Amino acid sequence: MSFDVPDDHRYLESHEWVRTDDDTARVGITDFAQDELGDVVFVELPAEGDDLTAGEGFGVVESIKAVSDIYAPVSGTVTAVNEALFDRPELVNEDPFGEGWMLDVTLADESELDDLLGADAYRDRIA
Amino acid sequence: MTTYSQASWTDEDAERYEPLLSEKASERVDIEDSPLPEELTRDSLELPAPAEPELARHYTRLSQMNYGVESGPFPLGSCTMKYNPSFTEDVAALPAAAVHPDRPDRTVQGTLGLSHRLQEYLGRIGGMDAVTLQPPAGAAGEFTGIRIAKAHHRHNDDERSEVVIPDSAHGTNFATAAMAGYDVVELPSGEDGRVDIDALDAAVGEETAALMLTNPNTLGLFERDIERIADIVHDAGGLLYYDGANLNALLGRARPGDMGFDVMHYNVHKTFATPHGGGGPGAGPVGVTEGLAPFLPDPHVRRTDGGYEYYRPDHSIGKVHGYYGNWPVLVKTFAYIARLGDSGLADASAKAVLNANYLAEQVPYEVPFGPFHHEFVASAGEQDAADVAKGMLDHGVHPPTTKWPEIVDEALMTEPTEGESRRSLDQLAAAFEAVHSEDDGTLASAPRRTAAGRIDQVSAARSPRLSWQALDSDD
Repeated sequence: MSFDVPDDHRYLESHEWVRTDDDTARVGITDFAQDELGDVVFVELPAEGDDLTAGEGFGVVESIKAVSDIYAPVSGTVTAVNEALFDRPELVNEDPFGEGWMLDVTLADESELDDLLGADAYRDRIA
Repeated sequence: MTTYSQASWTDEDAERYEPLLSEKASERVDIEDSPLPEELTRDSLELPAPAEPELARHYTRLSQMNYGVESGPFPLGSCTMKYNPSFTEDVAALPAAAVHPDRPDRTVQGTLGLSHRLQEYLGRIGGMDAVTLQPPAGAAGEFTGIRIAKAHHRHNDDERSEVVIPDSAHGTNFATAAMAGYDVVELPSGEDGRVDIDALDAAVGEETAALMLTNPNTLGLFERDIERIADIVHDAGGLLYYDGANLNALLGRARPGDMGFDVMHYNVHKTFATPHGGGGPGAGPVGVTEGLAPFLPDPHVRRTDGGYEYYRPDHSIGKVHGYYGNWPVLVKTFAYIARLGDSGLADASAKAVLNANYLAEQVPYEVPFGPFHHEFVASAGEQDAADVAKGMLDHGVHPPTTKWPEIVDEALMTEPTEGESRRSLDQLAAAFEAVHSEDDGTLASAPRRTAAGRIDQVSAARSPRLSWQALDSDD
């Protein structure tokens, strides 16, 4: 089975993605992650204005199979939260890189992106 | 014409809908001359009014919608769903077994005497020097045991920060360590499913308060290196904690105390066939070696010159439950042990192991780890373990525990228990066989012969209805 791994995203070993647009970084979990989890039933996210630290847990995603922490790919302040997920957690399954996004974060340190996996490296990781 | 139909919860098909008692027959009752204020009262009330046979049949049908250990085999691995012999209920219901917990020691010497004997029985079974009966459940026993370990280290001015737990352990172990204020160090299992000695060596150190170990472990495997494991933990100054969840496999044959364990809990429902708590009263006695006895919960029973008394152990961790524990469950435990005796207990563990091995020989699924004791974990392989479980319901048996422990892919954790006959083991094997040869489509729509069909777990979790008002508002 092949999973969607867009080239213009960067990835964490723990299956989160980040996509940057100027100094804003959008964060979510990967297609592979949603498939492993199965039907997502609940997503817990931080509030706008909260600070994230790269590598630390910032939220929880719960499926009928498991409860997993979600880790921050980058450090920064949360500027937007995808509140649609609170009513429709299935968006994470249906469109993990689109409507299933989780947070927008102001990028505190751009060099942190260099520590993340590129699309090819992440494809190898889940192969 | 009405024909017999399976009782059913679903109302989509009126033929199979089980009416409420009030829908079968009801009667309007007038209420007159109520002493209550008018705004609080009604003029009349609609009450169910079935004839007695109708009432009896209603409740019998409701009971038939359920599946219990009195319906058929119930091999829910790790949970140890034993049949509970009813004589223990009779003993616990004797008037002499019911005493008010506030009565002074000297007026309830029989109760204290029985407690003391049960402490001694459990001590002898586990190879422990002292036992408390107070913890109200297995998990509470774990918490008590780890609190005792913590008090011991603190007493020696040797506070430690970590508890080491294998990845195959019950989730309660991790919760216990965290609740007691420890960091959890998870120990990866070795290739044979047992404790990896090298990994243990690396994980254990001067911060190790305890290693929590289940033996045999949740794969049903005996930790053959237990003496070496004990040495590694003890050499680092840590304690060895025995999770008694699988003591039923060793009953009357091997003792945790002899293996080097310092503190343990007993799951009386798994080991001695008392009812599962299910949120109600359970019991999880804790045994310790002599050096840890001063830390036991308060009060504890001891013998005096002429009888028995409650006392507070010198360095007691305090109370872990109101009064003296859940007494009726402890009486049932005592009755079971006394009835079986040494040879009966040893026979129970032998049959538990024999039954698991007999069944495993016949299941068509691969069992990756062995040789095992009282339970085995098969892999559903290409099939979804949850679908296998639903499919088995259609064959008239309760399924095994699924998808745990996670070290086996699509795990089917199976524990028939000692109480099953060869005939019911064959029935289980036939159910495994039938489901194994079914196609995915059939399994995905199972069960179809039960009172409730396939439960929509996703909707239930995404939009739970948690009260009757929520059901009502649907109309």
